[in-house]
Amino acid sequence: MFEGIQRSLGEALKKLRGRGRITEANIRESMREVRKALLEADVNFNVVNDFIQRVTEKSVGQEVLRSLDPSEQIVNIVYQELIALMGPVDHRIPLAKDRPTVIMLCGLQGSGKTTTAGKLALMLRQQGRKPLLVAADLQRPAAIDQLKILGEQIHVPVYSEYPSDPVTVCRNGVAHAKKMLLDTVILDTAGRLHIDDALIDELRRIDKQVRPDSVFFVCDAMTGQDAVNSAKAFNEALDLNGVILTKLDGDARGGAALSIKEVTKVPIKFIGVGEKLEALEPFHPERMAQRIIGQGDLMGLIEKVAQVQQQISEEELRAQQEKLKKGLITLDDFRKQFEQIKKLGMKDLIQRLPGMDKMLPENEDPESALRRIQGMIDSMTKEERQNPDIIDLSRRRRIAAGSGVQPHEVKQFLAQFDQVRTLMKQMASMSLWQRLKMMTGLGQAGAFLPGSPILQKNKIGTGHRKSAKERAEERKKKKKKKR
Amino acid sequence: MGIRGFFSRLKQGLARTRSVFTGIAQLFGLRGRVDQAFLDTLERQLYLADVGADATQEIVESVRRAFLDKEITGDVESFVKAKLRDLLTGPSPGLNFQPSGPTVVMVAGVNGSGKTTSIAKLAKMCQDQGKKVLVAACDTFRAAAVEQLTIWCQRLGCDIVKSQQGSDPASVAHDACEKAKARGYDVVIVDTAGRLHTQTHLMRELEKIRRVLSKQIEGAPHETLLVIDATTGQNAIQQAELFSKSVQCTGIILTKLDGTAKGGAIFAIKRRLNLPVKFVGVGEQIDDLEPFDPETYVAALFETA
Ligand SMILES: Nc1nc2c(ncn2[C@@H]2O[C@H](COP(=O)(O)OP(=O)(O)O)[C@@H](O)[C@H]2O)c(=O)[nH]1
Ligand SMILES: Nc1nc2c(ncn2[C@@H]2O[C@H](COP(=O)(O)OP(=O)(O)O)[C@@H](O)[C@H]2O)c(=O)[nH]1
Ligand SMILES: [Mg+2]
Ligand SMILES: [Mg+2]
Repeated sequence: MFEGIQRSLGEALKKLRGRGRITEANIRESMREVRKALLEADVNFNVVNDFIQRVTEKSVGQEVLRSLDPSEQIVNIVYQELIALMGPVDHRIPLAKDRPTVIMLCGLQGSGKTTTAGKLALMLRQQGRKPLLVAADLQRPAAIDQLKILGEQIHVPVYSEYPSDPVTVCRNGVAHAKKMLLDTVILDTAGRLHIDDALIDELRRIDKQVRPDSVFFVCDAMTGQDAVNSAKAFNEALDLNGVILTKLDGDARGGAALSIKEVTKVPIKFIGVGEKLEALEPFHPERMAQRIIGQGDLMGLIEKVAQVQQQISEEELRAQQEKLKKGLITLDDFRKQFEQIKKLGMKDLIQRLPGMDKMLPENEDPESALRRIQGMIDSMTKEERQNPDIIDLSRRRRIAAGSGVQPHEVKQFLAQFDQVRTLMKQMASMSLWQRLKMMTGLGQAGAFLPGSPILQKNKIGTGHRKSAKERAEERKKKKKKKR
Repeated sequence: MGIRGFFSRLKQGLARTRSVFTGIAQLFGLRGRVDQAFLDTLERQLYLADVGADATQEIVESVRRAFLDKEITGDVESFVKAKLRDLLTGPSPGLNFQPSGPTVVMVAGVNGSGKTTSIAKLAKMCQDQGKKVLVAACDTFRAAAVEQLTIWCQRLGCDIVKSQQGSDPASVAHDACEKAKARGYDVVIVDTAGRLHTQTHLMRELEKIRRVLSKQIEGAPHETLLVIDATTGQNAIQQAELFSKSVQCTGIILTKLDGTAKGGAIFAIKRRLNLPVKFVGVGEQIDDLEPFDPETYVAALFETA
């Protein structure tokens, strides 16, 4: 059911492909699909409608960037708008200097308050603070025990009294922190419904008497349309400073994040991604937008668009295009192209293009093959790079030694470069996207990956499509290894 | 109690807030024709109750077909209600008790959905029917989960089989079965740790508990109830799907219906998996559990505040 927005958007945007300009008619059509997809992601109905209207207004009449097609551009607008809705985020927790800082957690039953209290305590302790956990849930059986056990696990003291009442516990807890020279107090309150006036009033009384520096609303990421109702009510009663979204380690699309932020304007600060107390992370609107949109090809596309926009200056492209047209491409230019492809992530690129994943060698990744070629070019003199024809056997040996390859690989590469030069001439008139596609296509012919086993081996698909996050992590790891 | 109790509690919930479904009631109060605006309002109300895209579109479409351009009268109201009711099940038969030997009820669900509390309520319900109940504390993971269940059992005067935190839940299940057989218990209710349906290793753990139960007692578990929090959105469908696949659920306990959420995902769950709601949780107290009755559910949805 939830191939979700990724598929729906993909379907919708296919309709836009090949059209040069974003018009009212064609965007309306796609936005119907986007709307349904957002609803399936549990974004609140009213929020969805506002969102659709805003994105439509923003998109209509927009000129399509040269290197993109309208669909790519609309995905990007949808994405940017999602981020704008959920951001910006300040992950800092304001700390008082002259007295203990008080943080109060509140929310519905079972949303994850007690666990999150433990997580925050651990995080603060690791930041050098001296936290105190206060067990102010006197309602749920064994709630105090639960907090005590968590406190023990992370070596953070827990203040409790029983029988008592929650307001008193909180007040005494803060006093206890002062006495014990603890600098951060975290109040774990009982779960309650937002329509339970008596219990909401109890929170108000704690608020009044203890004056917490921050009040965080703890919300289950799997929450549906009702998220805005509860968040709104808690915010009206308590003036929330932040939201912590829990249980994001599952497959909930987390539309609640968008809804709550839009309706209350209270920022989401942290997310819970597991039951363990280490599983608390700062909230990143970009990642959440990715999640709501879906993690497959579309997200990749968005990354590409952003990178294209940022990293490839129009001038550079234009200059290159001129050169290409005249067939004046040199190894220097060639290497520049490499840089661009590397920025885009060769592996990603190949995976994204139809049929290309077959080319991925099982052991060596295209990026390292790319690096080898780059090494060869880097070992050439300026003169050689301008005029490869002068490269004879002794030069080949020198280049090979300099870049750690065999001399015949240099020769092979130079021969293929010659072919590339011809092909590039043809590519001059294509869009960047098409060009990249074509260039990776060349890889298949061996131009990019001389001497690599890439051509002989067919990769057997693992059936696992890596998420954007996984890919990013992999890239990071690779970078580290290189250093 | 039964239907009346559930009905009045749901009505209480509705009275405390302006429920989304009062919107539908207002809708029915409208005079005029069934036009696009009417259908749009209907659609909005269904979405806001988490009924979800597919079921919503199905309902709206059939109303359109039957009533477009007709005068809005009581007919539309009964039609929509009937439609919603049809998408659910017949009245819940309650627990499927075995004629002899212990009836084993396994309870599962995601974290914090209300499993342990619902088990306490179920135990009470069984006790009230004169059954001898044993509870197995197989949530050996979450901090103080065993203590929580123990406190409930103390309040109920109900026996419990437990082990310390971190021990193997399947072995607790095993011990509970042994004890139930030896001491002639009528019902064994098995609490399990909350787990997200995407955590395959934890789902396997659940399957193992189930296997142990079925080895110990013929046909066990006789009921496998999935606890779903009514505030959950469309993810509830995934939960139902994956838990059913893993441990063959026989019914749902829909909790926290005393809030403003309606748990409309049960429509899609019934439709896709034919998994019925058996009980609803309508509060944190021991008596706040009711057998599910679709008639009452739908009626209460349309009650005006
Ligand atoms: N998977 C997962 N479970 C969580 C997360 N946060 C809390 N939980 C679980 O959710 C359940 C309810 O949490 P608890 O802290 O007791 O909620 P409270 O009633 O709001 O205090 C427990 O089983 C927790 O282990 C999270 O980020 N991911
Ligand atoms: N309002 C309300 N709260 C409930 C209901 N069922 C459970 N809860 C509360 O939800 C929280 C989590 O319940 P618990 O049984 O510990 O969930 P578990 O983690 O699934 O075992 C507790 O604070 C319960 O009191 C219900 O029907 N209505
Ligand atoms: Mg708690
Ligand atoms: Mg439990």
